[in-house]
Amino acid sequence: MNYPKITKIIETRKEAKDTKTILFKDSVEIIPGQFFMIWIPGVDEIPMSVSYIDKDIKGITFRKIGDATKALYNLKKDDKIGIRGPYGNGFKINGKNILFVGGGTGIAMIAPAVEKASYEKITSTVVLGVKNKDELFFEKKLQKTGAKIFVATDDGSKGDKGFATDLAEKMLNEHKFDSVLTCGPEIMMKKLHSLCNNIPFQASLERYMKCGFGICGQCCIGKGLRVCKDGPVFDGETLKNIEEFGKYKRDASGKKIPL
Amino acid sequence: MDEDAGSMERITRCGAGGVVTKSIGLEPREGYPNPTVVELECGILNAMGLPNPGINNFEDEIKNLKKSNVPVIGSIFGSDKDGFVELGKKMQSYGADALELNMSCPHAKGYGLEIGSDPDLVREITKNVKKSTKIPVFVKISPNLANIVEIAKAAESAHANAIVAINTVKAMKIDLELRIPILSNKIGGYSGKAVKPIGVCCVCEIAKNVNIPIIGVGGITTGEDAIEYFMAGASAVQIGSGIHYRGVEIFEKICIEIESWMKDHNYNKISELIGVAHI
Repeated sequence: MNYPKITKIIETRKEAKDTKTILFKDSVEIIPGQFFMIWIPGVDEIPMSVSYIDKDIKGITFRKIGDATKALYNLKKDDKIGIRGPYGNGFKINGKNILFVGGGTGIAMIAPAVEKASYEKITSTVVLGVKNKDELFFEKKLQKTGAKIFVATDDGSKGDKGFATDLAEKMLNEHKFDSVLTCGPEIMMKKLHSLCNNIPFQASLERYMKCGFGICGQCCIGKGLRVCKDGPVFDGETLKNIEEFGKYKRDASGKKIPL
Repeated sequence: MDEDAGSMERITRCGAGGVVTKSIGLEPREGYPNPTVVELECGILNAMGLPNPGINNFEDEIKNLKKSNVPVIGSIFGSDKDGFVELGKKMQSYGADALELNMSCPHAKGYGLEIGSDPDLVREITKNVKKSTKIPVFVKISPNLANIVEIAKAAESAHANAIVAINTVKAMKIDLELRIPILSNKIGGYSGKAVKPIGVCCVCEIAKNVNIPIIGVGGITTGEDAIEYFMAGASAVQIGSGIHYRGVEIFEKICIEIESWMKDHNYNKISELIGVAHI
């Protein structure tokens, strides 16, 4: 049922500058790429992709950017939050050799997908893009999966200087991938989409959400695709027909705002 | 759905004969903070707070939608007659085929039900919108009224072309663990399966007392639900929450179910069913 279950935070972890993970007990099965609606009582309820998937424990990882994430950031062990979900479709992880590209907090959603690929003995290459080294997180967690990890920073403070898409383009030119999976700023994903040509592509989109289960229409894109229910992961073919992909989103009122 | 052209087009591709837009006001409105929608045992509780991009930003949505020739009913909400008139004129100029005056939202201060419970206001607003527009005008009324028949008659006397009944039923859910109402606005409106008998009753009462058509809404998820509304006196029906129970394809499914019920019971036209339950 689409009603929040109240649960206590069992642990919080600082992952990077302004970035935290919150862990809570939950035994529900998750496909990497799915999300929860997280209720911070008295503040807001926001969609958060699942970053930790363990049998009985789940987690979310986020950067404080708005009122809701700031409030969430300040919560401590034993504080109560409401969880409903999981929602959405998640990534389809198949092929023998996958390129993952995570940008900014999009890394949070990419991580469990890489872990799943590794569990299924799929060769994984991961490109992580952040502004600078202080914003990088999950590098060690991802190294443990055995995936090849490459980092790009805007200022060159770690890894390659430049965008994740520059690094990804190099990889695409040098290697053959069966599939490219990405989550991050939409402009990055749009560029990556254009680089992929005929390689199967999946991107996880983010839109302002209210209901999370496909009725309110707040997150609709293209010809009536609900990011919460028909997405948040869309394949390359579908994205070709979504005119706003990489161009605009909508605010809480439904007004278009450029990305 | 129905806040953007794309989703309204999808709904008609799924078999709806037309679409009613989200209620649009003069200015952009973000609505209430989340939680704004939750599901309860027998229905859906929401207090969206009339979020909408404002009438001027809605021009593009209607114009894009009209490219595919979809019949569009523009829903509007204002706080007085001048607001409704301006909204109605703009909706008409963008290409809407009819107007629905939202006088029944149970959880928005200064709008909706606060206007729709006063028969004089309902009459005055409807009359002025009718005078300043050419397209049909429907008045959507609330089940939370002691004088529902009086309100419907007020709309009829102002030459409304149809009554839409019902809007959501005023409701609240308190979370036991946190001991607070779950909705950020505390009070919301209940829709879905639980409200169908309320809607059927309201439609029946209105139908006995007015001579204009009624569009039945509230808890319809199957063809038989729609037929029940027809028997109560509705000439058409609207579906919203049903999308949750049966997917966006609900519209086509319900059309098929209506046809099959009519065939089994030897009816050729829906008009033969309208109001048959009135004794």
